[in-house]
Amino acid sequence: MKLKPEVRQDRPSTRRVQGIRGRVQLFSIKSSPFTITMSLRVLVGVKRVIDYAVKIRVRPDKLGVVTDGVKHSMNPFDEIAIEEAVRLKEKKIAKEVVAISCGPTQAQETIRTALAMGADRGIHVEIPAKEVEKLEPLHVAKIMAKLVEQEKADLVVLGKQAIDDDSNATAQMTAALLDWPQATFASKIEKTDGELQVTREVDGGLEIIKVKLPAVVSADLRLNEPRYATLPNIMKAKKKKIAKMKAADLGVDTSPHFEVLDVADPPVREAGIKVEDVDTLVTKLKDAGRI
Amino acid sequence: MLFDRLGLSLHYIKPRTTVTSKQQVKMFHGKELWQVVSMASRWTRASCSLTLNLYRWNKTFIHTSSCHRKCELTSKRYQVKRGNYNQINDQNIKFFTELLGPHRIIEGESELEGHNTDWLDTVRGVSSVLLKPKTTEEVSAILTYCNQHRLAVCPQGGNTGLVGGSVPVFDEIIISTNLMNKVENVDTWSGVVTCQSGCVLEALDQHVADFGLMVPLDLGAKGSCHIGGNVSTNAGGLRLLRYGNLHGSVLGVEAVLASGEVVDCMTAMKKDNTGYDLKHLFIGSEGTLGLVTKIAIHCPSRPQAVNLAFLGLSSYENVLKTYVAAKSKLGEILSSCEFIDRSSLECVEENLKLKPPISSHEYYMLIETSGSNGTHDEEKLNIFLEDVLGSGIVDDGTVASEPSRMLHIWGLRERIAEALHHEGYTYKYDISIPLSHFYKMVEDMREHLGSKIIRCCGYGHIGDGNLHLNITTEEFDKEVLNHIEPAVYEWTSKVKGSISAEHGLGFKKRNYIHYSKSSGAVTIMKQMKKLLDPNGILNPYKVLPDE
Repeated sequence: MKLKPEVRQDRPSTRRVQGIRGRVQLFSIKSSPFTITMSLRVLVGVKRVIDYAVKIRVRPDKLGVVTDGVKHSMNPFDEIAIEEAVRLKEKKIAKEVVAISCGPTQAQETIRTALAMGADRGIHVEIPAKEVEKLEPLHVAKIMAKLVEQEKADLVVLGKQAIDDDSNATAQMTAALLDWPQATFASKIEKTDGELQVTREVDGGLEIIKVKLPAVVSADLRLNEPRYATLPNIMKAKKKKIAKMKAADLGVDTSPHFEVLDVADPPVREAGIKVEDVDTLVTKLKDAGRI
Repeated sequence: MLFDRLGLSLHYIKPRTTVTSKQQVKMFHGKELWQVVSMASRWTRASCSLTLNLYRWNKTFIHTSSCHRKCELTSKRYQVKRGNYNQINDQNIKFFTELLGPHRIIEGESELEGHNTDWLDTVRGVSSVLLKPKTTEEVSAILTYCNQHRLAVCPQGGNTGLVGGSVPVFDEIIISTNLMNKVENVDTWSGVVTCQSGCVLEALDQHVADFGLMVPLDLGAKGSCHIGGNVSTNAGGLRLLRYGNLHGSVLGVEAVLASGEVVDCMTAMKKDNTGYDLKHLFIGSEGTLGLVTKIAIHCPSRPQAVNLAFLGLSSYENVLKTYVAAKSKLGEILSSCEFIDRSSLECVEENLKLKPPISSHEYYMLIETSGSNGTHDEEKLNIFLEDVLGSGIVDDGTVASEPSRMLHIWGLRERIAEALHHEGYTYKYDISIPLSHFYKMVEDMREHLGSKIIRCCGYGHIGDGNLHLNITTEEFDKEVLNHIEPAVYEWTSKVKGSISAEHGLGFKKRNYIHYSKSSGAVTIMKQMKKLLDPNGILNPYKVLPDE
């Protein structure tokens, strides 16, 4: 029994995207030992951030942090996202993993790391160094949405949040712009037919949801443990392609919507005071207005 | 919730001997979040293992305190006879209290359990008095008094020593340098740092980092050890290959002799050839000739670019070939060359749940480069890696330049001792042997000990020819100890190696000094000890062999 491949219906006037882009091939019915293979194209967003082990310093102009000469690395949640995408490829659920980064020239190193971890090719959306700080999740979401259309992607995996701005917004915005279902804070992803069964980590515990493909997933901490790029893979990654483009090429305006007024260190923790007995403690608490 | 933040606690804490005190854990990432963690009382009899699961985004555990199985008294286990010292009485306590104030003297054996036992839980004394001086004058007053009244003392820094040299054997008064942690001066032009001996190594390193400098010494215990202790034991560490011995980096030492006399050999000059260089007496004498109170150390410039490669190899011969290739291709940027065998890494994986970056191999090497130009260093490193990978001497590996990744990889090497401690009792040997025999010793000992032990593994500073041989059993077993010693020392002596490369002799190795030093040399050492400490009150039962 051969299924007719679904044809994608394109409506240029809207941004809606329909149908499963890949081909579903059923080799035999039910008792078949063969698995259904999907050939998803997965886009993964990676961001170049200041390494988490580095001590952050506020810039003298108090409008940001010092980034010159400071060690940067891939956002840890994006590492988890790439790892998940590569695992999907190894399970033959995905056929191609594309790593995308919006950032300055050095973002290419981040993309190379993603390629060394197993991504197939990269896309670098160049943002001039001065504008990198002002890049907002909405801009990135718009860029991702455009690239999804261009690349005809089936799944977008992003990190839950970036460790420099903690926005936790890009995945959600991308999904909204594409009108795709979203599965955020994923701690487990399973593939079932044309859907994904995702376990989400929420405040109350774990929530298991089913989302139809295509979808946007944001990776949380316990999704997996990212692999280290081994030397042979690092060598191979040097030969993989990274396409370069500008935000303007995708028709995305990166002018900021808000302005940072002040960046400051958190207040220094004051020394505690020792008191002799409970009565003094109560008096002191009362004086401080705590009770 | 706090733990949802990526507050990374990369400041792991070694099992500490401080009791009761709430341990503070420093978390990085721009915000200084101080988490006060309370540790269970260490003197509970229950042999519980308190593993503090602090949230690290890479999900490792920090073992802050191994509430033990109380270790046997040193005097009983090793059959030591107490020296001819006086017992402490109330008069003495009164004097110390008057001198230091009631808050800087801790009394009671149960209070001092942490200070009486070493980090490895292998030796235990019965001291009941701990003093915390703040200045050299106070140390001098204490020692003058102790010398007059013939009271033995045990200087103690971070108590991270591995040969039982930092804890009392009997009831010696413990003089702790905990409160002597002022950094007096950092000379940014010459890079000379003057500080008191109680500065914690890692804190000192972070302090000088603000000036673009780094302390030339780095070891696994850096979160707890004091620079004074490092100097007294002539600690080696991970970067000796590049920055050399403390005998070279330390420019000046101020120490207090047993008589209370302050010997001022402090100088911030790199060159000073005036008379006999006495400071070298205090570097490495493990507190038996004088209590170090201040040091002046030359700190090199902090490297701008650091890279770390973790390699997997299949034969020891390939390890040596890689080392030679590293020396020639990386040259001056090579800052550390470490070696780990499969057994040690398996121990870290099992006990600390740390995941290595590559699959299982027989041998592993950590090669670190540091320099002032990232591009230049990376190019050199890439040429080196392509060469060793291409020629097949290295099977697999990974390279990292991000601080977070490097910390994780270094953790695999630095925390081996901690991982071994989880298995029970560790018999630790630190020997210097010719590189050609390096791994043969581990294999020979493994064969020699057979099934009596849990694990026999070797790792170490291959760049310095220094092997750390470790054998673990569930509990201390005298039979196993007799099987290991003196076999291991005889083996070392045969190849003209040193029975203690960097750990020192302390208590545990004092009687084996003859395997590495001639009797004439030992005689002169004893004479010097008699000269500088006639009553023998400074750290008795250590370093020099028993009569």
